Amino acid sequence: MYDVSVIGAGVVGAMVARKLSSYSLKVCILESENDVAMGATRANSAIVHAGFDAKEGSLKAKLNVRGSEMMEKVARELGVKYKKNGSLVIGFNEEDKKVLSELLVRGNENGVKDLRILDKEELKALEPNISNNAICALYAPTGAIICPYELTIAAVGNAMDNGAELKCNFKVTAIDKTDDGYEVKSETETVKSRCVINCAGLYSDKIAAMIGDESFSVHPRKGEYILLDKECGNIVSHTIFRTPSKMGKGILVSPTVDGNLLTGPTSVDMEDKENKATAADGFEKIIKETYENVEGVPFNKTITSFCGLRAVGSTGDFIITSPEKGFINAAGIESPGLSASPAIAEYIADMLKEQGFELNEKADFNPERKPMHYFREASVEEKNEIIKKDKSFGKIVCRCEGVTEGEILEAIRTNPKARDLDGVKRRTRAQMGRCQGGFCSPYIVELLAKEMNIAYEDVTKFGAGSYINCSKTKEDK
Amino acid sequence: MTDLVIIGGGPAGMSAAIAAYESGIRDILILERDVKLGGILQQCIHNGFGLHKFGEELTGPEYAWRYEEKVREYGIPFKTGTMVLDITKDKIITATNEEDGIFTIEAKAIVLAMGCRERSKGALNIAGSRPAGIYSAGTAQKFVNMKGYMPGKSVVILGSGDIGLIMARRMTLEGAEVKAVCELMPYSGGLARNIEQCLNDFNIPLKLSHTVVEIHGKERLEGVTIAQVDEKRKPIDSTREFIACDTLLLSVGLIPENELTKAAEVDLDRITNGAVVDQDRQTQKEGIFACGNVLHVHDLVDFVSEEAEIAGKSAANYIKSGAQNDMDAVIKTDGKIRYSVPQRITTKKDITVYFRVSDVFKNVKINVYKDGEQIYSKKKIKVAPGEMESIKLAGEKLDGAKELSLELEL
Repeated sequence: MYDVSVIGAGVVGAMVARKLSSYSLKVCILESENDVAMGATRANSAIVHAGFDAKEGSLKAKLNVRGSEMMEKVARELGVKYKKNGSLVIGFNEEDKKVLSELLVRGNENGVKDLRILDKEELKALEPNISNNAICALYAPTGAIICPYELTIAAVGNAMDNGAELKCNFKVTAIDKTDDGYEVKSETETVKSRCVINCAGLYSDKIAAMIGDESFSVHPRKGEYILLDKECGNIVSHTIFRTPSKMGKGILVSPTVDGNLLTGPTSVDMEDKENKATAADGFEKIIKETYENVEGVPFNKTITSFCGLRAVGSTGDFIITSPEKGFINAAGIESPGLSASPAIAEYIADMLKEQGFELNEKADFNPERKPMHYFREASVEEKNEIIKKDKSFGKIVCRCEGVTEGEILEAIRTNPKARDLDGVKRRTRAQMGRCQGGFCSPYIVELLAKEMNIAYEDVTKFGAGSYINCSKTKEDK
Repeated sequence: MTDLVIIGGGPAGMSAAIAAYESGIRDILILERDVKLGGILQQCIHNGFGLHKFGEELTGPEYAWRYEEKVREYGIPFKTGTMVLDITKDKIITATNEEDGIFTIEAKAIVLAMGCRERSKGALNIAGSRPAGIYSAGTAQKFVNMKGYMPGKSVVILGSGDIGLIMARRMTLEGAEVKAVCELMPYSGGLARNIEQCLNDFNIPLKLSHTVVEIHGKERLEGVTIAQVDEKRKPIDSTREFIACDTLLLSVGLIPENELTKAAEVDLDRITNGAVVDQDRQTQKEGIFACGNVLHVHDLVDFVSEEAEIAGKSAANYIKSGAQNDMDAVIKTDGKIRYSVPQRITTKKDITVYFRVSDVFKNVKINVYKDGEQIYSKKKIKVAPGEMESIKLAGEKLDGAKELSLELEL
């Protein structure tokens, strides 16, 4: 019997599990996919928003500003790259200027620090490549960038280091109320816990409905992105938004913490929660609007394009509710969900306390996790010390990103363990560079097969039916 | 200080090392990232290599062994499993391997021979889902030929580059069904002999002016939608056609791997994506040479070896007697000719200029002008982007040249 089961290992579930693992609670994380961070967490703008966007007084506004304040420390503890690069919302005309002034007022009311309006000259001085047509900008120095899946992997790992358990490929099919809590069921397994925290993203409405809560719904809103080579990472240093309109926030241009340039997202309401297909018109929109915002973005240096599905709730605000004692929904966590995630975890812990659950802080809770990229960040001398002890750190497997065999083996061996090619990619950056795994993936498959003690052809790209090879060759059978 | 460090132990690197050795240099070190010498030839188990160079048809590993044998016979030192991380413009090389850890070497001369990589699917922005089952042709070749596993059973190939054509045949021989090869351009980027031997002999349709417009499948690829493209290469909606397949192989171009070249601040040619070099394959950084597919993508390894011999020999001369330039001319191309290698001439001697054209042209004349005056002309029945062309220019004709213009007369 667990104290808490957390359904969903996206950034919200990860932060909740980590927070709850700091108390004397038995926590179990239930994830439907083969790895953590597989939903909206995997594909979003990777921004820690300053907090001027959300309507004053909303849960979004409150938790965004609080989360944004917490994030730097959380990232440091978890050893995750975080950069306070500042955000700029650029305006092209007087109408935009008016909207920016309103955003400034809203931001101030939300408690965002150091916001100010820049004129064209100040803007150009900060960002020389910004469009010549931009005449002003709202500057938010507290805006930051982070890698969302890295944060999530690290948070789940830290929760596990502090005693939490993770069950992957656990697709919840039913939740039964019992005398002392809940039975959360998959087709093959039942997990009993006193409380359930529903962090199931796009499916959080389905999970809530399993206990009869049909007070909200969640629908997918597609966002496509184009990621450019590291050569382009310096075209802008701030995250560049355009002035929001009825049509939404538009296409942003931002460096990533890994030094690439990210452009997107589109915004298309969808019905199918599984359809992550990108569309040609989406790419056209991204490219067109990016050119309008920033001069000279070379899309011929594109590394990859992808699509994420935002979990849009039916209320317009985050839906953090408790339909009954012991069951808490964290649903409709669309943007600024990543930014708010540490604050959402705190908020949910407080809700549990209010409901009378005993949350006693663990004396031996360790908030820190060894940085995922410690080897990459080490000095040559330090690296050579490591290689002396374990020579696999001397062997480069992914030539584009310079990832060593030692780092890949660690990703496969460290909680939450990488169990497929994409899992290795998200943890180490191997296959994430220019050749997109062309050279190194056959060898990484070999490492995964060996470490997991499975056949070469049983290694997958991201679990389930995503196999890489179908059989041995004719001669080899 | 090492006399000559060669980055890459594939056909280019080994050939350069042998040429330098035969020119009297002994203090040579080859750095190779793979566990063995041979480069990409190791996985090219089909034959057809060496016709030009040895007058016989060898497999890739056999061709590579001809060179490795010599490297071993001469006792030229090499380190495998060694990845070069950085090269400075002062020729200081940082590399890593399991035994030495991260180490630096200072070189008198460097030959860049890192080869090329395949353009990835990400660069194409194909609409649709992102399932497993999409590989570059070279990755599939590695799975099949080196690891002994089949990536899939029913295959569509996008791009008609040579590796794609070779893999169409290879997958067929291994029992897979190759349903189509789609080529965006109205002509193939591969060698004519490969189209004959790898597609036509197996009745695999080559769909010119076609591309993949959508990828289907959630976990594993379930099919692709292809479409014909108009003359602006835009897909024509009315021609969309779904093909069920579990594998999509991409053979959509090769890109010289010049990250280290850039680190050494060597000037690059925007068309070849390789270094700008002179007739000796010396880059504009003195003592740094480049050859093989890192310089420009070749069709035949035989020509890689030839080019690498020039680079190795020139590096040896540089080590012995420094730079010996007596002229400085640029070679310009007219657009119909996309690029030339070399791009500069710094010494008056007989040279071979290699080049590629931008489209298929018939009954053409290749003309060379020296500062406006015609010094060379040659007729050709057909030229195509997939086949590298070359002309030989006599040294005495280059005297005093500032600019050579390479033009295609239709």
